[in-house]
Amino acid sequence: MGLLSDPVRRRALARLVLRLNAPLCVLSYLAGIAWFLALAFPPLTQRTYMSENAMGSTMVEEQFAGGDRARVFARDFAVHRRKSGALPVAWLERTMRSVGLEVYTQSFSRKLPFPDETHERYMVSGINVYGILRAPRAASTESLVLTVPCGSDSTNSQAVGLLLALAAHFRGQIYWAKDIIFLVTEHDLLGTEAWLEAYHDVNVTGMQSSPLQGRAGAIQAAVALELNSDVVTSLDVAVEGLNGQLPNLDLLNLFQTFCQKGGLLCTLQGKLQPQDWASIDGPLQSVQTLLLMVLQQASGRPHGPHGLFLRYRVEALTLRGINSFRQYKYDLVAVGNRDCPTPGRALEGMFRKLNHLLERLHQSFFFYLLPALSRFVSIGLYMPAAGFLLLVLGLKALELWMQLHEAGVGPEEAGGISGSSPPLPLTQGVGLASLVAPLLISQAVGLALYVLPVLGQHVATQHFPVTEAEAVVLTLLAICAAGLALPHNTHRVANPQAPDRGWMALKLVALIYLALQLACTTLTNFSLGFLLAATMVPAAALVKPSGPRCPLGSWPAVCCSRGAPGSSACSAWHLLTFLVRLLGSRSEAPAASALGGEPWMDTWDMELARADLAQPQVHTPTLAISAHRGPELCLRR
Amino acid sequence: MELKKTFNVLYPPCPDYTGNSRSAEARTSKGWGGAGLEEAGQASREKKKKKKKKNRAALRHSPRPSRCRKLKPASMVDSCFVSQGLTALAAFLLFPFDSLAASQIEDQAEQFFRSGHTNNWAVLVCTSRFWFNYRHVANTLSVYRSVKRLGIPDSHIVLMLADDMACNPRNPKPATVFSHKNMELNVYGDDVEVDYRSYEVTVENFLRLLTGRIPSSTPRSKRLLSDDRSNILIYMTGHGGNGFLKFQDSEEITNIELADAFEQMWQKRRYNELLFIIDTCQGASMYERFYSPNIMALASSQVGEDSLSHQPDPAIGVHLMDRYTFYVLEFLEEINPASQMNMNDLFQVCPKSLCVSTPGHRTDLFQRDPKNVLITDFFGSVRKVEITTETISLQPDSRIMESSYKEDQMDEELMEPLKYAEQLPVAQIIHQKPKLKDWHPPGGFILGLWALIIMVFFKTYGIKHMKFIF
Repeated sequence: MGLLSDPVRRRALARLVLRLNAPLCVLSYLAGIAWFLALAFPPLTQRTYMSENAMGSTMVEEQFAGGDRARVFARDFAVHRRKSGALPVAWLERTMRSVGLEVYTQSFSRKLPFPDETHERYMVSGINVYGILRAPRAASTESLVLTVPCGSDSTNSQAVGLLLALAAHFRGQIYWAKDIIFLVTEHDLLGTEAWLEAYHDVNVTGMQSSPLQGRAGAIQAAVALELNSDVVTSLDVAVEGLNGQLPNLDLLNLFQTFCQKGGLLCTLQGKLQPQDWASIDGPLQSVQTLLLMVLQQASGRPHGPHGLFLRYRVEALTLRGINSFRQYKYDLVAVGNRDCPTPGRALEGMFRKLNHLLERLHQSFFFYLLPALSRFVSIGLYMPAAGFLLLVLGLKALELWMQLHEAGVGPEEAGGISGSSPPLPLTQGVGLASLVAPLLISQAVGLALYVLPVLGQHVATQHFPVTEAEAVVLTLLAICAAGLALPHNTHRVANPQAPDRGWMALKLVALIYLALQLACTTLTNFSLGFLLAATMVPAAALVKPSGPRCPLGSWPAVCCSRGAPGSSACSAWHLLTFLVRLLGSRSEAPAASALGGEPWMDTWDMELARADLAQPQVHTPTLAISAHRGPELCLRR
Repeated sequence: MELKKTFNVLYPPCPDYTGNSRSAEARTSKGWGGAGLEEAGQASREKKKKKKKKNRAALRHSPRPSRCRKLKPASMVDSCFVSQGLTALAAFLLFPFDSLAASQIEDQAEQFFRSGHTNNWAVLVCTSRFWFNYRHVANTLSVYRSVKRLGIPDSHIVLMLADDMACNPRNPKPATVFSHKNMELNVYGDDVEVDYRSYEVTVENFLRLLTGRIPSSTPRSKRLLSDDRSNILIYMTGHGGNGFLKFQDSEEITNIELADAFEQMWQKRRYNELLFIIDTCQGASMYERFYSPNIMALASSQVGEDSLSHQPDPAIGVHLMDRYTFYVLEFLEEINPASQMNMNDLFQVCPKSLCVSTPGHRTDLFQRDPKNVLITDFFGSVRKVEITTETISLQPDSRIMESSYKEDQMDEELMEPLKYAEQLPVAQIIHQKPKLKDWHPPGGFILGLWALIIMVFFKTYGIKHMKFIF
């Protein structure tokens, strides 16, 4: 207390902060990056463990031996699909009914914002087929979902076959306490979203769909399945959902324990699990996995159809058959004998354990990073990495504030040193007032960046020879350029009597604003927040007018302040998506990327998410979303 | 002697207690007969001393704790001297004969009547809900199965099950609860009478059941209608910790509450002897606070230890039993109504090599030597029958005459107006020292000090500085 209230000591402290500021900033930035990289190493990564009592062990007997049946179903499905050219709804209905499910269909249609690349169409319509296995001795209050998305390029016929075979097997068991919904969706994520919206009776994406005829209770957990060949070498698990949402870690633990139990080869981000943690190889491999996960999560795109379930507070993950580890070749789907591991067995075990659940999955972590399937980093351990980066902004702001303070309030001190700046008690107030205009203008540009490209794409395509996708990008660029050219009223900030004070105050406000934005982003989506911080913080900290003309020199700072709410998220997202797509092509291209609708949907959601952090008062749907998400976030903490 | 009066008032000794055929033998052999005031006082002082020395062995051999003498002075006890049936026979049998044959018969009779109880009760409690706690229900049902097999009827068993595992939708074998892998032993059996189930299994209900403070509307099957000649088996299982047992995820019973409940039972003369068995983590902590006489306690694990589960069954998908109860069940399966296994055998059940945890037992409150206590004293309801070919001439006993004389006296005594006793001296009962007050200076001294301070202040600064103070 005395340290700050005593003017002499305070001045000494100020001088210390001013002198050591640059090394402290560099140190803090490096510490942040180093901490982040160290997350993959054992002291910071912990072993995963099952927290949920009801799923305590893998002690269930997997009896599924319907591999051959699954293969037959898959072949039939593929034949019928080829014949009809779309989802063979009638065949699916018939087969599900013969297996003993209650079968319903749902038709949906959606106008795409960008035309479909292959079919040149704007309107997409499809039919979802789902069958409900009623729990024989329980009220239909809770349910589990097994879903297979069928897209235009990813047929997923093996997954459909496995789903049907599992349904047939599950039908024969009497121990179900939850209904099980077997869902086959058309058009990948579009169908999933349509079904989810209809199931929860909401409409957030403007989808036209028929109401669901059959319902089971609240969905407790969902598993999405993607298998594209009879022979898969490993199962890849995807957890990253929309806007970087993650399922409860217990669901992943469940999958992992059944992987271990069955001796399945399971991968994360397409990487095998490091075996040797003692040497350097294991951690290095986990660094790679961690970086891939961070990039994937930062993109905000769902890494599989499970991502859309997460929005409805349904814990979900996607299992994807991978065929790239030829040295470990298993005929996973079709094996009939009891000892061989099959994904069918693993799924049966998982569903049986999920069936034992008594509450929603909530015991384990919701915020985590995964350097390996059996290791995780909890939020308490990864947040310091971002904290160190944001500390740079804080230190820089403190330095600026002290400089301003020394110049304005400490006249004798300032006079003693420089003797040039006279005490001007009014300049402080005038300076702050003059900051309002540039800040407002940059906010407005950010808002324009957020709204106009989507609103204006049709106008652009009518008047210019561009496609919709190009129109959005070009409009973005145009607004960026126009934003820079706008008069920011910065001449008022520049004060002839204290030339530095204007930009200093502006930068101070911009830094604090940026730090707040980044901190909020980091809390909800660590990966995005961290990547933005890692790139923006050095720029924001270093930028400074170099020329004699203050008005010109101050615009980078204005950019900073504007960047945070809108443009940076947008542009960073595009950059990251690009990166992720590059990386994504390494193993298996995301099935969704071919369809024009999804990226747009994702952008939309992502922007909504960003917007409800940045400008909660701007957008009414945003408010609705944030209201929807608020309690959820609370719950998740 | 306040206590005595309390009980005279609240629980008049007739006619409930007279009907229990309390045997003269039991009383005389245990030296209750002429316990006077001075004796009681002495005994209680002795008891305190012993407590201080923690000389539990000594206490064990003392015939009956002093409190019982206090509670049952001669006049009151004698009222119950209406000997009937078999026990009356014993009373006659036991009086000293001169011949050797007579003394042999006396020995036999002593063996015959060594437990001193006339009826058996069992309170079996499972406090856990949820499917993954299947094993706790199986534990309780396995004890239920054993006591029922050994002869305690359903009317004398109070079974509390917090969840219905047999009809849980997750149960792949409906209407069964198995205790052994591969469906070897179905402890659910054909007829199970669950007296308290699901949300009725609460701490309050349990304590009310034990102490008998139950609304009058409570059906008979939900009451513990025991008396002072009842041997009660109390078996509990669930999730516990150091000093508590959880009831249904929402509340818990502490070891102190449990000990006080047993003390109330003792004071209300609701048991003769009590066997307490608990299978939970840190189970030994639950019995370490007991202070009432005639309690023997067993636990599955010591403080700081976990009790572990046993019999994982992949078909059912859960653990079927806890280790301790599993081995207790195996032990009890070997018991038949005539078996002579005693409590020391029960203490040997489930050694650490099998249990992983260390089972514990406590016998210092118990009067008899555990080796003389048959398993069937608690787990069975054994009607003792011994056919003898010898002719025993039954002589009228002078004490009986004496007792009838005392009965008359007691009638006179009861004529006195009854008074309510003072509050139960709880601190004394649970042997806690009253808290010493911290020394505090007297109020006047402090007042004077303040006056001095104020006087010095005004002396120094003058009255005009008053405004700076207020």
